[in-house]
Parts: sequence; C-alpha cells; structure tokens
Amino acid sequence: MDKFTTLTGVAAPLPLVNIDTDMIIPKQFLKTIKREGLGKNLFDEMRFNRDGSENPDFVLNQPAYRHAEIIVAGENFGCGSSREHAPWAIKDFGIRCVIAPSFADIFYGNCFKNGILPIALPQDVVDILTEDAKKGSNARLTVDLEAQTVTTSDGQEFHFEIDSFKKHCLLEGLDDIGLTMEKASAIDSFEAKNATLHPWV
Amino acid sequence: MSAPRTLYDKIWDDHVVQQDEDGTCLLYIDRHLVHEVTSPQAFEGLRMSNRKVRAPERTIAVPDHNVPTTGNRDDRIEEEESRIQVEALDKNAREFGVNYYPVNDIRQGIVHIVGPEQGWTLPGMTVVCGDSHTATHGAFGALAHGIGTSEVEHVLATQTLIQKKSKNMKVEITGKLPKGVTAKDITLSVIGATGTAGGTGHVIEYCGEAIRDLSMEGRMTVCNMAIEGGARAGLIAPDEVTYEYVKGRPHAPKGAKWEAALSYWKTLFTDEGAHFDKVVTLKGEDIAPVVTWGTSPEDVLPVTGVVPDPASFKGGKVDAAKRALDYMGLEAGQKLTDIKIDAVFIGSCTNGRIEDLRAAAEVVKGKKIAEGVRGMVVPGSGLVRAQAEEEGLAQIFTDAGFEWRLAGCSMCLAMNPDQLAPGERCASTSNRNFEGRQGFKGRTHLMSPQMAAAAAITGHLTDVREMM
Repeated sequence: MDKFTTLTGVAAPLPLVNIDTDMIIPKQFLKTIKREGLGKNLFDEMRFNRDGSENPDFVLNQPAYRHAEIIVAGENFGCGSSREHAPWAIKDFGIRCVIAPSFADIFYGNCFKNGILPIALPQDVVDILTEDAKKGSNARLTVDLEAQTVTTSDGQEFHFEIDSFKKHCLLEGLDDIGLTMEKASAIDSFEAKNATLHPWV
Repeated sequence: MSAPRTLYDKIWDDHVVQQDEDGTCLLYIDRHLVHEVTSPQAFEGLRMSNRKVRAPERTIAVPDHNVPTTGNRDDRIEEEESRIQVEALDKNAREFGVNYYPVNDIRQGIVHIVGPEQGWTLPGMTVVCGDSHTATHGAFGALAHGIGTSEVEHVLATQTLIQKKSKNMKVEITGKLPKGVTAKDITLSVIGATGTAGGTGHVIEYCGEAIRDLSMEGRMTVCNMAIEGGARAGLIAPDEVTYEYVKGRPHAPKGAKWEAALSYWKTLFTDEGAHFDKVVTLKGEDIAPVVTWGTSPEDVLPVTGVVPDPASFKGGKVDAAKRALDYMGLEAGQKLTDIKIDAVFIGSCTNGRIEDLRAAAEVVKGKKIAEGVRGMVVPGSGLVRAQAEEEGLAQIFTDAGFEWRLAGCSMCLAMNPDQLAPGERCASTSNRNFEGRQGFKGRTHLMSPQMAAAAAITGHLTDVREMM
C-alpha cells in the first residue's frame, strides 16, 4: 500500500452535505475488474454533461482545481455503498486527502486501505479550510500525518484525531493481510475452540 | 458476576481472535457472502500473492447486481462489462472452491435474500459481504455489515477482519403499528428522525413491541436500512419467530446440533442494565406510511405531508434541500399525493421477499396499473419467484399490467438494463434515492411495497390506507 506522510497541495472546496458514493463514482463505472482507471469518472454526473462535455461550474473542472490533491467537503462524506471504487476513483484522480466534519464508516475505513487520509474536523474548522480552499491554486493546504496537523495557506494550524493503528499503517504503508497472516496460529486456535463450542457454525 | 452486556457486546466477545492494547481486534468471520461487483479485485489480489481462500466452506458467492432480469440470461449477458464481471465470479468461485449459486440456479438471487433463505445466516454469527446492505442479516441477531474490496480480500485470505468496536445504539419502537404501516415505514421513519449520519460509529439494536411483532421478512427490511441511518449494522435479538424461520433451511443445523445451537441462541439478548451510548424511541402508533421527497433517505415525510421549504432546514441541509428539489423537479408546498409517477419498482434486498410481494399483490388484486405507468416486480430470488407463482401472485401482477421479472438487484441500482430515463420518476421499494441511483437523472421516491402498489394503480403517490 502507498504510504502517506505529508502532503502540500491544492484543496478543492466541495461544501455539500451527504456526498454519497453514487455521486463519487456512479454505478455504471463499477463494472471494472481493475482498481485503476476510475479517476476519469470521479464525480461523473456532477462533472460532465450528458453529451460528455465538462460542466464548467463543477469545482474540479475549474482551472485552479484540475490538479487538486485534497477535497474539503460537508458532513457525512462517503455515505451509501461499501464500494471501494469510491476511494479508488478519488485516488486515481490524484486526491490523497479528504477533509470533512464527518464520514460514513465504511468509506472512512476504505480510504486507509488505499493510502488516502480522511480527516474529520469540527464544522467551524472545516468552514475555515473551505474558505482557504476557495482562494484557488495559490492557496495550498499542508497535511502532516505524523504531527496530525492541517495548516492553511496563511499558517493557521489545526490538530486532528486519528486512530493510532490506522495512522501507523498509513505512515508505513503496511499491508493488512500480510500482518494478519502472521497471526495464523491464533486463528487456527480460535477455529479449533469454536468447532467444539459452536459446532453448528 | 460479569457486567451486563448488550447483544452486540456478546456477539463481538465471542468472535475476538486477538485484541491489541489500543483496542484493535482481530474478529473472526463466520460467513462471507460474495457478489460479482466488489469481489473481482479481491480474488485477483489473492492470485497475485499466491494465497488461497482460507475457509471456502464459509464463503458463498452469487451474482446479483449485474444480471438482467429478463430473457435468456443463462446463455449470455448482452452487455459486455456486466458479462465479464459475472464470468469472473463464475471462474473465481469454481477455482477457489467456494459455495456458489450461478445465474441459472433456481436458488440464485440477491445475496442478502439468498443467505437467509438457504440458512447460511444464523443467530450469533458474524456475517460480512462487500455490500453495505449486509446489515439485512442483523435481523437474525447476527452481527452483519458491509466491507470494502480490500477487506473482502482480507476475509478471503484470513477469515478475519481487523476491527475496532463500534458504540451501542438502541432504537426502540414501542406499541403497535397502525393499519397500512409496515417495516419499511419504521426503518424510513427512524432515518427521518435521526438522519443519515445518526447511527455513524454505532451498531443499532432494534427492539420494542412493534419490532417483536414483525415477521422475519419485516425484520430484514428494518435492519437492511440500518446503513442508510449511518450504522454499519442493525441487530434484532433472536426469538421464536427467528428459530421458526431458520429451522429446516438447507444449511441450518439439524438434530443434536440444532438443540445445541438453540440453547446458545437463547443467550443472545441484551442484559438488563446494559449500557447504550445512544437511545432513540419512536411510538409505533405515531408512525405513518411515509415516502421520500428528496435525494437522501433522511428526506422522509408521511405521505399526507407537503414538499418542505428548503429554508426550513439548518446549516448545509438548506443547500442540499434546494439541490434536491431542483433534481427531483418538485416545488415547496406541493402535496406529496399530487406527485405523478412514471414507473414503479417492487423488489430489492429491502423489499423483494415473499411477504413483500404478497402485500403488494393484495393492493393490486383485480385492478390495473394507471395509464402511462410502467410497473416492474422483481422477486429477490428464484425461490421467491417460484413461490409467488405457486401462490398466484405473479398472475395478479401480470393481470394488473406489471412486468414479472427474474431475480436480481434490478432497478435498485441500475447496473443492469433496468433503469429510469432522465427525468423519469419512480415509486420504488428500494433503499436509496441518491441522484442517479436508478438511472442518470432518474427520480426516486422510496416507500413500502403496499405504497408502491397503490401508486402504480393511481399514477401518483398515494396513501395506501385509502385503498384498504
């Protein structure tokens, strides 16, 4: 998995609440059997008109934000489906960090499996970051995972909370499956015990 | 004496393989359900790392999202990308030796309908699937939730998940439901009351008289939409209704194992005095038949209401409501029952079970679909379909002018040919009214099967109580 340590980049303001997984990557793009290539369809129905032309009003189509690496959004980001295609599309577009007042649980967990850092901050802080993001490509946010801080273009620094295990895995780029397979004997014992206790399972 | 525990606490405790100091647990998974959309990358990952499926006997695969619900889909799925995903599942299921119900098997259907129907889902189990509506299985008192594809691969390889425990939330529905009010109205009303993030970080236990009075089908409908309320999982403690449903199913325990299972299942309830981090109580008597008016499942109102004014909301919801009304083509103040519809969809993992079809058929019986409305009934599995045909329900639907389809996810998410055209409006028994969910620019109103059936007959959103 890709590591995440620090990131300084353009942040795209997307101050909508309840941005759901169907907005992030509509269902017709879930038919791939690969993880790559979904970035071109990120936010497809908001980003493009039916004839395939770009919707110039959508933030990621504006010159300042075409290469955004951070999204600053409204509460309950990523609600809806468990589709990992959502973080795959976000990452494939080039975004490595999403900041919002809150996230849906499954989406939040999926981000960490893909080297994306989701940061939850209080609404008033997100409002400040949104205003900063609106300044365009000259205003870059800096995210430091080790220090757990987000810094605006004018130097205001905000601390964020993150689970220590998730932070460790992201900083080191660790592969969960490899880690768990080292615990195979504990899984073996659990199965053996359960075969006696709950033989119908 | 140990501290009182919730049902969630008990199931969790019985599945912890290992716990780290920071509370991160390795949790054992009893059943892993797999469908074609979220699994190909996971199987590919196994192949690339030369890993096997650790417990193929605990893994159940079935195609549902992509499959067409008409014609001879057994031979060949016309749409290439869908065909590739279904074929990939077929290849992966056979190569890795997991339990499998292919498209042409009568037991095929929506994964969350097939699991319980075949007795794979049992009380006290941990059940996961790369699909957020895995919450459905919580109706059996099983801890069931959706996972992403990376976690699908993790479960395939290790039969475990790395998890931290969620908080406990209690949703109690007291008393009796009025006539015409269903499990769907309960679950939508709860979301309307708590919001789509109300359950975030929590596992919900639904309880109270109105929940106890529900059939297993109704309980599955309630738990199915726990995810729309933000909770990963919903739970209902098992009781006689549960045991009765489970008994005799192909993969349910038999003989001495049944007796042993039963005595364990009877310990699966929340102890007196156990702690809940959040409690929500609704009176069953206060719940009305509801519909959604917007593009979030929390946009719920009794069908007797009017489209709300966006200015009546607070914060970010003001803009969201404006955007929703614009998308839905509605005006504030408009009576909900004046909203005309173009299509009706009865089906999905929320409402595609036999009881749902019976309820809809009762409303439809002897009547005709309104002029210009397209109605579609999609049974949740091949077995539901067969039973509905045997009971004469299929005939009632086709006589009324509905299309009677083969089993699959169908128009719940439009990954298959069943889609709305831009601007079309649908009365739907599915679970999400997100923008584009049922087709590009399609407009969705969520409701119960009875309400959808009533709308089909009148051609507009309708209070089903007036037809009873």
